[in-house]
Amino acid sequence: MLKIEGLTAEIDGKEILKGIDLEVPTGQVHAIMGPNGSGKSTLSYVLSGRDGYEVTGGSATLNGLDILAMEPEERAAAGLFLAFQYPVELPGVGNATFLRTALNAVRKGRGENELDAMQFLKLARERMKALSMSDEMLKRGVNVGFSGGEKKRNEILQMALLQPSMAILDETDSGLDIDALKIVADGVNAMRGPGFSALVITHYQRLLDYIVPDRVHVLIGGRIVKSGGPELAQELEAQGYGAVQAAA
Amino acid sequence: MTVVAQTGAAGFLARYEGLKDHLPGARKPWLNALRADAAAHFAARGFPTRRVEQWKYTDLAPVAQASFAEPLTMVDGAIALPAANAPNRAVFVDGRFRADLSTLDGLAFRATGLAQHLGDAESHLGSLAKPEAEPLAALNTMLFEDGLLVDLPDGVDGGLLELVSVAVDPGRPFAFHPRHLVRLGEGARLTLIETATGGGACLHNPVFEIDVAERASLTHGRMLQEGSGAFHLSTIYARIAAEGTYDNFTVAAGPRLTRNEIHAALVGPRAACHMNGAQMAGEGQHVDTTTSLDHAAPDCASRQTYKTVLAGRSRGVFQGRIHVHRVAQKTDGYQMNQALLLSEEAEIDSKPQLEIYADDVKCSHGATVGALDPDSLFYLRARGIPEAQARTMLVEAFLHEAVDTVTDETLRGALTRALDAWWSRQAAAA
Repeated sequence: MLKIEGLTAEIDGKEILKGIDLEVPTGQVHAIMGPNGSGKSTLSYVLSGRDGYEVTGGSATLNGLDILAMEPEERAAAGLFLAFQYPVELPGVGNATFLRTALNAVRKGRGENELDAMQFLKLARERMKALSMSDEMLKRGVNVGFSGGEKKRNEILQMALLQPSMAILDETDSGLDIDALKIVADGVNAMRGPGFSALVITHYQRLLDYIVPDRVHVLIGGRIVKSGGPELAQELEAQGYGAVQAAA
Repeated sequence: MTVVAQTGAAGFLARYEGLKDHLPGARKPWLNALRADAAAHFAARGFPTRRVEQWKYTDLAPVAQASFAEPLTMVDGAIALPAANAPNRAVFVDGRFRADLSTLDGLAFRATGLAQHLGDAESHLGSLAKPEAEPLAALNTMLFEDGLLVDLPDGVDGGLLELVSVAVDPGRPFAFHPRHLVRLGEGARLTLIETATGGGACLHNPVFEIDVAERASLTHGRMLQEGSGAFHLSTIYARIAAEGTYDNFTVAAGPRLTRNEIHAALVGPRAACHMNGAQMAGEGQHVDTTTSLDHAAPDCASRQTYKTVLAGRSRGVFQGRIHVHRVAQKTDGYQMNQALLLSEEAEIDSKPQLEIYADDVKCSHGATVGALDPDSLFYLRARGIPEAQARTMLVEAFLHEAVDTVTDETLRGALTRALDAWWSRQAAAA
């Protein structure tokens, strides 16, 4: 379970998160919706440990562990996964090498045995097939020359390999056409179960037609101003954030 | 007799005066004339100072102020040779050819020590080197004792040949100046894999004269890996005839000071030259790659890609001159140098220099300098990869690009191992 209490954070002295309270129980998928600049991406970066974000108050725990005190790689080993809005390209780092290194680092951190090249390839091919990815994408540099959709599928592939207990999907739907969106959503839905939770950050309701959340939270101005069931997403789509903001 | 140790240029000139009647080839008038001429140039100019444009960023004062002895006449005991990359190799110890350590049997061409075959070298030796322009070439010409002589007849595919240079630490500074002559006849092919290793405060000052005939192709891989007390100052002169190719891949990592200077001239139509390399320096080290490329014929292509990685208090230099002569229409020239600075105290000086006198050419150059990208580092760490390992992946990816275009797998493997070995040492020391 992810538990966030009174979380405040700033960038360059500017307060972005102004007191976030949020609980994502184990086995549930929650969505965070909000307009541009509301702090959605900041929340995902603060939780995953990116440099440049200063936590000024509050706490965040994953299954009882204080993740804010951990290095980013320790958070990954503890079961946290961030699907990036803009996955970086790493020329010269082979995708297969990257995926296997990440998988083995996380397995090692969890006290599991590491996979050799053959075991890894077998697993990767199986997971890639489910995401309609060609083997050829293993041979290229990480995300190098990948289309927007391929990059996002590569993120989901990483999630499927690393098997996190808590995934944060940061605007994973941006830049996806409808077919890619369905593939990505299927990938997330396949993970759903008692040991997996997710926080789906999105601007639009569209993704939530495919990944139906248990709860929807509206983030505006660094605070969660409203929470509700999946119907809240439709409400927002129909009325816009302005109406929610006015009512809050 | 009292021997007064003289330093720098005076020391080397005194040695030449003392040795000139005993140096290899001392009974050959043409060679004596060559050496005397070089000595006159070296006497007039000495070691270049930073006032000389081509040496503005690299200070040879530590070399000029030191006193270097001759290498020992005969090195006894076991010599630690680097692992072999190819079945055929020519081994030099302190600059002297060692037939007993070399394996050169059954070659379809000649590869041997120069000292014993100077009689065959008159047309080649000194035909490309410019002692009047480069003082280090003058010093080499004045004092060289040996070197590699490679001569491929027309049409011969020589496969792989290794050139191994080992410096044996005698416990005091010493200098050697090998002269390597490589000639490829028409349509001949060769991959030359060069490794320079060894310890101590040596000055290794090799000069290459490389002559690539029409349609011939030489791939020259270099691993300059002497110990951290060494000075490696090498000068390569290459002439590439019509449709010939000279590819140079250099990994410079190890010595206290490295200067990798290449002068290449494309003298016939459709000749090509690729110069690629990775140079690395850690605490207290200095690496310098200086290239000069003459496009002296039409329809030639040149590509240069150099990578520099600097850690600690270190300095890197890249100077790349491309001279496109008036006749060299349809020249296609490209030059890129990229530096990765891993510390606040590291410094890179980058100087591209394009001189274009033809009007129908395509010439471009670029330079980038930066630290490791924090977004890339975060991406890897967010996937569970520990910071040190993430840094290694990114540094190696940066460096490996320099050898990506090496088609020969043996050579690419050797160069890659040299790159990774440097980073392992560096990461361990940090």
